[in-house]
Parts: sequence; C-alpha cells; structure tokens
Amino acid sequence: MKKLLLTVFTVVLLGLTAMSCSAYENESFYKNRGLEGTEINVFNWGEYISDTYEDGLLNVNAEFEKLTGIKVNYVTYESNEDMYPKIKNGGASYDIIVPSDYMIERMIAEGMLREIDTEALPNYKYVSEDYVNMFYDPDNKFSVPYNVGMVGLIYNKTMVEEAPTSWDALWDERYRGKILMIDNPRDAFAIPQKLCGYSLNSTDEDELEEVKKMLIEQKPLLQGYVMDEIYNKMESGEAALVPYYVGDFVCMQQVNPDLDFVYPEEGVNIFVDALCIPECTQNYEAALLYINFMLDPEIALSNAFYIGYATPNQGVLDHPDYEEMLANEYLYPKGDDIPETEYFHNLPQETLAHISELWSEIKIRGVDVSHVYVGFALVGAVTMYFIIRKRVINRRREYWYDNPAK
Amino acid sequence: MNKKSLTAKLTASPYMVWSAIFIVVPLIFVLVYSLTDSQGNFTLDYVLDIGKYKDVMLNSIWLGFIATVISLVIAYPLAYIMARTTANVQRTMMILVMLPMWMNLLIRTYSMMIIMQDTGIINTVLSNIGLPKIHMINTEAAVVLGMVYNYIPYMILPLYSIMSKMDHNLIEAAEDLGANKFTVLKNVILPLSLPGIASGFTMVFVPSVSTFYISKKLGGNTFSLIGDVIEMQFKSANNYNLGAALSLVLMVLIIICMMVMNRFTGDDDDGGVLI
Repeated sequence: MKKLLLTVFTVVLLGLTAMSCSAYENESFYKNRGLEGTEINVFNWGEYISDTYEDGLLNVNAEFEKLTGIKVNYVTYESNEDMYPKIKNGGASYDIIVPSDYMIERMIAEGMLREIDTEALPNYKYVSEDYVNMFYDPDNKFSVPYNVGMVGLIYNKTMVEEAPTSWDALWDERYRGKILMIDNPRDAFAIPQKLCGYSLNSTDEDELEEVKKMLIEQKPLLQGYVMDEIYNKMESGEAALVPYYVGDFVCMQQVNPDLDFVYPEEGVNIFVDALCIPECTQNYEAALLYINFMLDPEIALSNAFYIGYATPNQGVLDHPDYEEMLANEYLYPKGDDIPETEYFHNLPQETLAHISELWSEIKIRGVDVSHVYVGFALVGAVTMYFIIRKRVINRRREYWYDNPAK
Repeated sequence: MNKKSLTAKLTASPYMVWSAIFIVVPLIFVLVYSLTDSQGNFTLDYVLDIGKYKDVMLNSIWLGFIATVISLVIAYPLAYIMARTTANVQRTMMILVMLPMWMNLLIRTYSMMIIMQDTGIINTVLSNIGLPKIHMINTEAAVVLGMVYNYIPYMILPLYSIMSKMDHNLIEAAEDLGANKFTVLKNVILPLSLPGIASGFTMVFVPSVSTFYISKKLGGNTFSLIGDVIEMQFKSANNYNLGAALSLVLMVLIIICMMVMNRFTGDDDDGGVLI
C-alpha cells in the first residue's frame, strides 16, 4: 500500500539507485571484521522499514546482507508495550530494537540497553541537531533516532458532517459505530488527557480516574479498538474517525483520497522512535554496523519514502529528492499549522501498573451480563431436571432387576 | 493384567516424556505464577482479584456454551447423514468438513471479518441488488458465528466416528418392535451417540471459552472475553501473575462444566471424555 505513494518518485530514484548500487559511505567500515556468516536479530515495528526494490527503493535488509555478509532475522511488533515484556523476560535474544522515547527512558532506567559508542559510527554525523541530547537519552549514549512522528486525527471527508478540529469528535454521538480507537493504553489515555488539559505524563490518580471515565463513556460509540487493522478499516471506508500516527495516514491517503488528517487544537503527542541495542544482544558488533547502515543517507531516504514518517536524518532532509516530502503539510507542518506537542515520559512503576489496571477495566466494562445469568439459570434447571430424571429411572431399573416381575 | 509389560512401558514412554515437558511443567508454571506476586512471594491476591473479572468470565462461558450448542445442532444431523451415505459421498463430505482446517485459524477469522464488515462482501452484494445492509460485525452474534465456524469440525468428527460404528441392526430391531422414528432417535440413536456428543462438546466448548483472536477480530475488541484479558496480561500489561491466576480460575470453571456434562454420560458408558 505504501508503494503507491512512491510511484511519484520512481523515475528520479531509479536513476539514483543505479548510481548508488555500490556506493554506501565508508564501505570499508563494514568489511574485514570477521562478522561474515554471523546473524543479527532485528525487532522492529510492523511496516517500519523499506523491504522492496520496487519503485526505485532499496530493500534495506537485503542490501545490508549483501554489503556485510551478516544474515538479518527480522521480526516485528505492534507496540512498545508488546515489545517490552519480550526483552524484559529474556524469552528471545535481539540485537536491534526500536522503542519510542518514553520506553527508551524506562529501559535505560532498568539497565536493559547496551551503550552505543556513537563516536565510532561514521554516519552518526547525519543525525539532525534537533534530535540529539533528547530528554530520554541526554548524553546520546543508548539510542540513535530513527523516525519522528505525531498522533493526529484521521477522518474520512465523506463520512463526517464537518471537518473535526478537536479531539471531542471522538465522543460525537453522530458518528456512533464509525469511530475507532487506538489500542494501547498510553496513546488511548493521551486523548482524554489532552481534552481535559491534563499532562500526558500525569501521575495524579484523580486525573487518571477521570480519563478512565471518559474512555468508558466513549465505548458505546466505538466500532472497535485497533492497531494495524486501521489500514483495512479506514481505506475501505468502514470507519470514519481514528486517532493514529501521521506517517501511516500519509500511506493510507494514497489508497483512499477521501481521507484527511488534522492535528486537534488541544494538542498532540509527539514521539521519536530510536534504534537501540538491548543488553541481551549476542552480536553487538553487527548491531553497530546495522545502526550505522540505517543512518546512511541512501538507506535512510528509502526508509523515509517507504515509511512515510518525518526523518531525523539531516542527510535525507538535505537530499534534493526529498523536497516533495518536505513540502507535505502533515509530515512537516509549518507556521500556524504546527500543533502544540508533548512527549511521553517514563512514569513511575506504580503509575504504569495503575494505568494497565485501568486499561483492562475499560476493556472489560460495558458488557451487560444480566441475560447471561438468566441463561445459566435455565441451563442449570434443565441440567438438574435431567440428572434427577436419570436417577429416578436408574432407581426404577435397579428395583426391577432386584425384584423381577412376579 | 494390572502389571504392564516392559514393551508397553517403552511404547508409552515417548508420550509420557512429551506430556511431562509440555503439559505438566507448564501447568506447574501457571500454578506457581498465579500464587506469587511479581517479586516471587506467595500471595493469594491475584486469585482473589477474580471478582473484578466475573462478568467477563461468565460472558465468555455463556458465549462458548451457545456456540457449542449451535455446533451440536448443526453437526448432529450432518454426522448422521454422513454415516449413512455411500463411501464415496462420505469421503467427499469429509474433505469438505476438513478443508477449512487446512487454513490457519487466524487467516480464516480475518477473512470472516472482511466478509462480514459493513463494507464487506455480503453487504456489497446486498446493496448492489437493492437490499438493505445488515450490520453483522462487532456484535456478540458475529463472535459466536466465528466460534461455530472455526470449531465445528471438532464436533462433526467425533459424532461421525461414533455414528458410523453404530450397529444398524439395533435401529432395525427397534423399528421391528414398533418404535416410530422419534422413539428410535430418542431411545436408540441418541443414547448410543452420547460419548460422541460428550467429546464433541468438550472439543468445541473448551477452545471457544478461552479464545481470544476471534473476539478481537469479529467483536471489534470492544467487549472482551476472558481470553482477551489473559492475553493482555501476558502480551502488553506484563502482569504474568494475574494472567496465570485468571487462567487457573478459568481452568477450574471449565473442569466444573465438564464434570456436569459427564453426569450425562459418565456412569454407564465408557469412552467419552477424560474427566
């Protein structure tokens, strides 16, 4: 689905690929390290890497294998909350992960990330100055930024009565059954938090309680809680409104031009996803090569086109072929269109546990089970009737066996 | 013949090892996790927390029960007809029953979602021929339909195997003695097929109650079944202890349901289900 977006750039890029076939920067950096034939396990978000040669793009993992001789095992996840327990509980060993800002903060605090010597990466110079020394990793010791995005409201122009400007459209009775909600606690909580003017990083129990109430109130209007199926549901016109990440909107709009996007006036969440090396890595050296490779402007350009998010790579931002994407008003809003933004921060353990408790409370709420009690009572009564009847019949039989007909 | 020969022991040993590793050990893990907190100290908090989830649990059992009953009603006559036809037809029908199972459950359920949604195949056809659309997706009925669709082969197979083994002479004897069709069904066929009903019931009921993917895709994830709640504890909430405690309680409830079920078949038939 992301391919369509790219046809525009095909011609330009085709020429470019032909040129760059064997021209990555500092190729010698990748060679003669004795890593040929080893493997690297990459754990990334779904639809978050260029994996095709079509439309003049580069298949990033295949190119890396070709250049270094290191085999890439690529696995995907749907959310930070899905990725975290897999690393934490050590069920599998990964060499590269791509957590978001607040998750990086948490993983650093819990000692789950290996330090990265960015000085040793020749391509680190391409990281835009806007994204170094970020709050989650002030000394740039653990992470290398990969993508930047914001959450906004995607809507179908033909299905809404007027273009929404506020998050309260998600509580609008008129769109009952046409609203989708994002299916992870932090992103879902962020929306009522912004509506009420609370911080996204609130630890206040009353505020969280209020947020929970609003989400429960919203539930009857919802068509569902979804993540990756948003593509299917929005592109087919099954749903009218959903809060989601801007990069995915850019891709969906290519399939369904009726879709539009707005940064609601109350403010939105901004996030940085960054490449990290978890403590459990088995191939640290290869992971460093991989990170350096991802920073290469040619590779980063392919990724930027394919993924459709804003890039923190200065090499891409300065690239002449990227100008059209830079002009995209959703990815790079300008002037008055720049929304108010707030990052997620890591929260104290108790708050996180509290949030996930509230989240499951929201999820299980709203089922009317009175008919279930009636149903069980009926089934129970019928069961008892048959059991008793069977007893009676057996008794009679026994009686007849013991006292054969006289 | 209580003492088993060495050969018998040796033949059974691969499965013994298998079940020890993949059934007993995981069960012990579930038990240990559900009775400890995240620090590993003994606690009953999680098991006692179940009260919060009682509605979800009841609803899951109820929907599973409905799905099982519907499967039984559909499968019973089918299995009977199948067992009575010629070998060729039997083979064809068996393939038709098994065919969906060659596909992955996730794919089957996902395509059900695409077929049933408001802009899906059924509704597109309906609106093209001028009929009103039917809202199907994201309802409890859709979830039950998904369960029936996915698990009905497990009901048909045991019923079919017991009915094809049934001695037809008994039915003829009953008819000779003057029983009408209904009496034959009630007093001969039904009692003889009870072990098949019992094992079919178990094989549909248990996975239906604990399913999570079906309710997520066809129910829109707005009403959760207990399987969804358990999955959430393991997958994203990172609360293994609560997840294990919920699984444990669910297991106990399913065992109780199966014991009730066995009241009907347990005492005078052998075979049937385990418990």
